[in-house]
Amino acid sequence: MKKVYLVLALVFQVLVFSPSLPGRDKLILASTTSTLDSGLFDALVPPFEKKFDCTVRIIAVGTGQAMRLARDGNADVLLVHDRESEEQFVADGFAVERLDVMHNDFVLVGPVGDPAGGRGLPVAAALARIAAVGAAFVSRSDDSGTHKKELKLWGQAGLNPAGRWYMESGSGMEATLRIANEKTAYCLVDRATWLAHRKEIDVLAVLVEGDAQLFNPYSVIVVSMAKFPWLNVKLATSFAGFIRSPQGQSIIRDFGKDKFGSALFFPDVPGSR
Amino acid sequence: MSYILEGLKQGAALLLPPSSEILQIVALSLAVSGAATLLAALAAVPVSLFLALKEFRGKRLLVGLVNTAMSVPAVLIGLLVYGLVSRRGPLGILGLLFTPGAMVLAQALLAFPLITALALAALKGIARDARDLALSLGANRRQLAAVVIRQGRFAFLTAIIAGFSRVIGETGMTLMIGGNIKGQTRVLTTAISLETMKGNFELGIALGIVLLLTALAVNVAMQGLQGK
Repeated sequence: MKKVYLVLALVFQVLVFSPSLPGRDKLILASTTSTLDSGLFDALVPPFEKKFDCTVRIIAVGTGQAMRLARDGNADVLLVHDRESEEQFVADGFAVERLDVMHNDFVLVGPVGDPAGGRGLPVAAALARIAAVGAAFVSRSDDSGTHKKELKLWGQAGLNPAGRWYMESGSGMEATLRIANEKTAYCLVDRATWLAHRKEIDVLAVLVEGDAQLFNPYSVIVVSMAKFPWLNVKLATSFAGFIRSPQGQSIIRDFGKDKFGSALFFPDVPGSR
Repeated sequence: MSYILEGLKQGAALLLPPSSEILQIVALSLAVSGAATLLAALAAVPVSLFLALKEFRGKRLLVGLVNTAMSVPAVLIGLLVYGLVSRRGPLGILGLLFTPGAMVLAQALLAFPLITALALAALKGIARDARDLALSLGANRRQLAAVVIRQGRFAFLTAIIAGFSRVIGETGMTLMIGGNIKGQTRVLTTAISLETMKGNFELGIALGIVLLLTALAVNVAMQGLQGK
């Protein structure tokens, strides 16, 4: 009987520790909740894993947190969307460069009845209306790319939002959107998440879109080995190359078309359109 | 190691004095978990008394249910409450999702079976001893109940305090139901979770110290009461 337990214990140990055993090549990708929530990685990562015979571990947190992870040497490659932080990251010596991958846009959604009267206005003006009437608004408030964009837009309106109407969820895009739906509130959301979760939303509609300020470009960054010699730079570079290759870019271009009726992201690498 | 020690030092510093945000989070945690425990206790005390004193068909089944309910994972209770209070659910018109009210409801549902089962376990012994003695002295049923309540008051208190400990440390379900909205539904546990993930390790530690102190205070109170 004791032998059985011994064997079981050994099997258990192997199963528990197998992810850290040397074996398949591993890549740690730190990306954003909005990208994960859209489902894009389900289309993009498996072909990459197959082609390069590796495992990709995706850590989805806000852009700010993802970059902090990378600054601590905890990620091999980043897929994020805040141009300013990205350029700072490169300037601080954590990466050689940042590379374009794709873009989409943000939309301002809100109650169908639009109590603040922001529909169709430039986004900063719409935000000003929301603040003026104290209409319920839910913010990511988690240092994500979306949050940083939101703060920039408030800044353009010359406002510092605060008050009971301005709710800070500290959560990902999906959760924040759900809170906005429950509370019938305004919210800034990236189009991919909006389209991906449209059917769960019953009281909100797109009120502002197409404003140049709502442009949302994503970049891929291979973290430099200079500060963290344990990083898998080779595989990270392969990943960056893959998603910018004609194959990767066409996956991006076609993603979501069948499920949501339109693409969620638009490829940015020239020559692959 | 220095990462943790440094975090501890800076975390403690954040508590002297605590910011209004920290105070607000603590106040909300105590209010939500306190209200939930109170609600649960109001239901659990009579139920546990009833189960301790009365004999009836199906009593074993009911007691079994209470004990089983105690082992329902908190997240399942969260799931149930979410379905009930979200706008598309049966109680949707109340608009309770992502409010402290819903958090109180969920935590009360979590605490109720725990308080009932713990009180019942203690009461059974008390009831057995009391019954023999009281009936031999000619007590009627109501007088017997009064004796059991008085004898059992420490058992009730211990059970209620255990219930409070359970809910004040609950994170996942509270996050799901409350939404962790700053200033409205953000409590100690959900705040620790958020701030640590955001990289504000020091603030996470500061809040952790407060949570630990609260748990300690509660346990000291329990020891004190049991010592009587």
